[in-house]
Formats: sequence, C-alpha cells, structure tokens
Amino acid sequence: MERIVEFMAMGGYGTYVWPAFGVVLAVMAFLWFASMRGWRKSELDLRALRESRRQEEIAKE
Amino acid sequence: MHYFANPTHFTRLAGRIQQWAGGLAAGLLIAGLYLALVVAPADYQQGETVRIMFVHVPSAWMALFCYSFLAVASAVALIWKHPLADMAAKASAPIGAGFTFLALVTGSLWGKPMWGTWWVWDARLTSVLILLFLYLGYMALWQAIEDGQKAAKAAAVLALVGAVNVPIIKFSVDWWNTLHQPASVLRMDGPAIHPSMLWPLLVMALAFKAYFVTLLLARMRMELNLRRIRALRLADRTS
Repeated sequence: MERIVEFMAMGGYGTYVWPAFGVVLAVMAFLWFASMRGWRKSELDLRALRESRRQEEIAKE
Repeated sequence: MHYFANPTHFTRLAGRIQQWAGGLAAGLLIAGLYLALVVAPADYQQGETVRIMFVHVPSAWMALFCYSFLAVASAVALIWKHPLADMAAKASAPIGAGFTFLALVTGSLWGKPMWGTWWVWDARLTSVLILLFLYLGYMALWQAIEDGQKAAKAAAVLALVGAVNVPIIKFSVDWWNTLHQPASVLRMDGPAIHPSMLWPLLVMALAFKAYFVTLLLARMRMELNLRRIRALRLADRTS
C-alpha cells in the first residue's frame, strides 16, 4: 500500500506527471477508435451500396 | 512500388500491415509505459518530472515526422498526381495534429514545475503552436472545398508552404535564446542522454511510429472507400 502511494506521488510531482500520461493515452485512444470506427463504417457502406447495385442489375434483367 | 500503387493491391496489403502494426503499437506502448514509469530512474536535477519526457519528446518527434510525411506526400500528389499520395497526406493530418497538441500539453505540464510557467512565447513553443494551426488549417481546407481535386491541390500547396516551419522548429533552440533545452538525442556527436533513459524513450518512440502506421493505413482505406462510394453515386446520377 505504502509503495503504491509513493509511486502515485511521483516525488511530489504526481499532479504533473499523471495528467501528462493521461492526456497522451486519452488522445491516442480517441484517435484510434475514431479512425477504426470511420474505416469500418466506410467498409459497410461500400458493401451495402455495391449489394444494392447488384440487386438492381438483377431486377433489370 | 508500382504494384502497390494500385489501389486494389494497396487495400489488400494495407489490411495485413495494419494488423501487425496495431499489435506492435499496443505491445510497445505497454512496454514503454512500464519502462518510463517504473524502470527509468528519476533525474538528479528534475526528479520524477523527467518521466514526462518519455511522452513529450516522442509526441514532438511525431508532430514533425507527420508533417514531413504530409509535405512529401503532398509534393508527390502535386507532381505525379497519384491519388494514393493525397489520400496519405490527408490521412496523416489528424494524427499529426493530435501529436502536436500532445507535445504542447505535456510540455506545458513539464514547464510548470521546472520553468515555473505553463507557457512562454519563445521560438520553440511558438513555432510548434504554428505547426498545430497549420495542421488545423490544412484539415479545414479539405473540408471547405467541395470539389475533391481542387481541395487536394489547395491543401497540398498549403502543406508545402507550411513545410518551411519544420526546420525552424528543429533549429529554433539553436538559433534563438530559449528556456527549452537543445536536442539531446538527435545530435551530431551522438546522444547526450544516459542509456537508462534512452531506452524507454526509444521504445515509446517506436510505439508511436507503429501507432502512426496503423492509423494512417486505416484512414487511407477509409478515404479510398469513401471515394469509391462517391464514384458509384456519381455514376448513378449521370446514367
């Protein structure tokens, strides 16, 4: 327990060190999930559009 | 090179690289955080605040690396008109903006306890702030112009004009008086930093690089899909 408290205190600079690491991880995680979600959505949209095209072609014939 | 310049081949290869790079980024980041927060020693002058370096310096390197990448891709897009080049440039901008923001915020959190101030208007800090605005302006320009080809051209020109800022940032600590310390890793006479701190720094830098590759590829594939969707919709309207 004492060691954890000491680790968190970061020699009295915990209020600077932890926010620095926190903001880095937060921004990196945000960009990661935003990029992956955008890519997956574009993949699904394109697939749906191509599928509807195919259905239209079949309907025409 | 020409083989992979073909969008279909690119998509297939990019998917595979993206997975590997993503795994590598996650693994290196966990290792890097452990090294930075637990293994690395506190500095004899700066105490525990020196740990901020392990996220601040790689962020700042990535801020410059992303912009250099963006500028080179823009030049390729302008000269050879290859569609993957302006997709690469467009895809790298939000990642670079993110790292520039992080370099500024972590720098501020380091500056307060060590310099006694969150911010000074000196050459290094100001030129990095300008870099952030360049990224944001570049992204806004893509948004503002509806015609994709015109947007690509205008954005590429902005990127190339802004590239003059890159050497200014790099050498600002040598050219002007500043609170910011000069380079201690990338210098002519070898790194002036102890191996116990150099290693965590390099692991974090590699993690950030792998992260960049992962996101770059995901965003390029997204851009490629969006263009295909637009082309399909356009074909509808004309037929």
